[in-house]
Amino acid sequence: MEPKVISQTLSTAARSGYWKYDGRSHFCQKQGSGNNWANGYSVHGPKHKEVIMDLVQREAEKCDRLGGFFTIMSMAGGTGSGLGAFVTQCLRDAFPSSFILNHVIWPYGTGEVIVQNYNSVLTLSHLYQSSDALLVHENDVIHKICAQLMNIKQISFRDVNQVIAHQLGSVFQPTYTAEGGLHYSRNPLGDLMEMLVPHPEFKMLGLRNIPQMPENFLAYSTFSWPGLIKHLRQMLIANAKMEEGIDWQVRPPCLGSSIPSSHSTNKPLHFNTSVANLVILRGKDMHSVDLGSFRDPSLYTSWLNPQDAFNAWKTPRSFNKYEKSAALVSNSQFLLKPLDSVVGKAWNMFASKAYIHQYTKFGIQEEDFLDSFTALEQVISSYSNL
Amino acid sequence: MTQSVVVQVGQCGNQVGCRFWDLALREHAAVNKKGIYDEALSSFFRNVDTRSGGDGPDIYKGKICSLKARALLIDMEEGVVNEILQGPLRDVFDSKQLITDVSGSGNNWAVGHKLYGCQYGENIVEKLRKTAEHCDCLQCFFIIHSMGGGTGSGLGTFVLNLLEDEFPEVYRFVTSVYPSGEDDVITSPYNSVLAMKELNEHADCVLPIENESLFEIVNKIHQMVNSGKLGSTVKQNSMITSSTGSAKTAQEKPFDAMNNIVANLLLNLTSSARFEGSLNMDLNEISMNLVPFPRLHYLVSSLTPLYTLADVNVPSRRLDQMFSDAFSRDHQLIQADPKHNLYLACALLVRGNVQLSDLRRNIERLKPSLHFVSWNQEGWKTGLCSVPPVGHSHSLLALANNTCVKPTFIELKDRFMKLYKKKAHLHHYLHIDGMEQSCFSEAISSLSDLIEEYNELDATKGGPRTDPSRLKIAV
Repeated sequence: MEPKVISQTLSTAARSGYWKYDGRSHFCQKQGSGNNWANGYSVHGPKHKEVIMDLVQREAEKCDRLGGFFTIMSMAGGTGSGLGAFVTQCLRDAFPSSFILNHVIWPYGTGEVIVQNYNSVLTLSHLYQSSDALLVHENDVIHKICAQLMNIKQISFRDVNQVIAHQLGSVFQPTYTAEGGLHYSRNPLGDLMEMLVPHPEFKMLGLRNIPQMPENFLAYSTFSWPGLIKHLRQMLIANAKMEEGIDWQVRPPCLGSSIPSSHSTNKPLHFNTSVANLVILRGKDMHSVDLGSFRDPSLYTSWLNPQDAFNAWKTPRSFNKYEKSAALVSNSQFLLKPLDSVVGKAWNMFASKAYIHQYTKFGIQEEDFLDSFTALEQVISSYSNL
Repeated sequence: MTQSVVVQVGQCGNQVGCRFWDLALREHAAVNKKGIYDEALSSFFRNVDTRSGGDGPDIYKGKICSLKARALLIDMEEGVVNEILQGPLRDVFDSKQLITDVSGSGNNWAVGHKLYGCQYGENIVEKLRKTAEHCDCLQCFFIIHSMGGGTGSGLGTFVLNLLEDEFPEVYRFVTSVYPSGEDDVITSPYNSVLAMKELNEHADCVLPIENESLFEIVNKIHQMVNSGKLGSTVKQNSMITSSTGSAKTAQEKPFDAMNNIVANLLLNLTSSARFEGSLNMDLNEISMNLVPFPRLHYLVSSLTPLYTLADVNVPSRRLDQMFSDAFSRDHQLIQADPKHNLYLACALLVRGNVQLSDLRRNIERLKPSLHFVSWNQEGWKTGLCSVPPVGHSHSLLALANNTCVKPTFIELKDRFMKLYKKKAHLHHYLHIDGMEQSCFSEAISSLSDLIEEYNELDATKGGPRTDPSRLKIAV
């Protein structure tokens, strides 16, 4: 809703010389949403729906085969979160059969916005209804990656965004999605959903990359596929956010010993159970890679066939100067803890009714909050009981 | 970019406002070297062509022709406003932006609110509309007034009500100067309490200022300058306290230094909305983040550094000192001690050469010494504006929603009750049309309720923290 950032984005893209945005495909207003989700969702949304959806329609008509929508937004503020949730809903109504993947930036634990937990709870609960999947990036995690892996001393938002863009590229750059396939995937969004979202109750996707390091280190580093895969797998099961400080003690549970009634209590502490995983390999010799360790049934929930729960995409082309690189998109308990923390903090605030009047002013009532809390507690419960 | 309109009411309001416009012009002059009318300028100033006589249409692009303040000047005496109109700032104000009378309000809230409100209401609304029409996205009104007298207190809060009726979507920030304990206006407790009820009900944010605190701060700075302890490192004419070198040529008035502090508060408050920065903080974000309950919208402010040191490359220790000072008692603009009271929320608005990491480090450092309410342990809002105040390398404005405002209100209540018990001076108020005794009882109960709300929050401090139990999901 603020013109400053949009005009900057347009000119930065145009300056690259390689590409630019369509000069007409943008929309902005003079006044932001003031960190208020309700302002974005209930005021700006309905007011500008027509213009925004016209722009979307025009863009969609340029596609000969529309696969779906990839919506990038944050959830702490007012516009990205509130208007973002509203637009996602409009997309769902206008394109009922298209895929919608929401890329959500999870705010720093403390910092820019005091009401960020409220805004996050409202955003997530609404997206859970209209989106097909939520691909999440946590600012705190990316910040750590910048500091510890990329060796950046004074981290700016530009650095953070750079890492996020790299991670997204590692998933959505063209790949062969079928074993021995000859064609690049024609519908990466659809393929991603098909492989990772087998049940509407489970739509939270996390992303892990390996290796990640400053560009000038790459010339002096060599990687072997078995090494990368071994680390990536341990990052998965131990829920490590990056390749440093992985807990190697975490082991998959023994399947035979689990009794259905005490299923969840029987699991080793800190073990991250998955619904489904997708590994993307980029670089030479990727055909020789043994991914058997990811097919281990003990990694997954019991109600899905392990053959269906794991997939791999491959391409011999190296990505972004990394000779070999692997990315993992995981529908697992990755986001259980951050989600639980956000809901818990928001609930504490809600119990004292603090800041609620700021939302009712724009038409979001206490009951709406309660609905959102209920929806997310349900998600937390579902993921906890995997 | 959005615009703001300043409404300055009464003697104090107009004197502070005058300092504000002077400093705002200097600030923009320092940043805007080319003399182009830019977005930053447009937030408080119109650019008009006055050559054709009368006021020409607004010019949105290109060179600065003639800057006009987006302001409305209201006083029921002519003195201060006339002085402004004869002074160096005369060209900034348009005669259509003035409302004056000759007889004053006699330190009587009822005269300002009821009598003049009734008499000038339509005129004020018309002028406000006119001013608003010149804005393409009006976001905020700033009222500047004092609480103790008649015009600022009475008519100022009347204007506040008008704004709510006429422009319900536009934010209302009120800068209120509270009288000191030994105020020479005998009826100031009445006026203040009657005004408080209006502020409670109709303002989005109130920035309370106490004359006593301004006075102490000014004294402290003079002492430091004169003692020579800081040697040549103190710029005597730094913008915060001195008007030397500014448009003002007359001898400095005793209140000028104090008014400058308030003017600077407003400049820093709006800096992030006017200039660029890596972490913008828009004005509508301030009330959203700092006001958890509708009536608890009193924000205690502190400005640091009060004087700036001459060297440009500031070592980290001094930068950290700036953050520490912002929380100390003697830097607050009211007589209050936020450190030993309960924070509901806190905002840090930083200007100049300060990095995100400096901000985060200082929050981590200071957090253990501050008490935050249990449901808002991470109640920090931050803004980084890259343009520092003129003559400084950096500055910090801290806004605290803190129960430390309570003593100021309790003292006001006590002084009110002392008079009210004896029914002293009541007849001066009650003979004004529309003024009844119930106005007094309602005003004092509004203030008592407010104090009680702070009491309830204070009661949660230090007790065992029990988180409310979460919703259970039946599996």
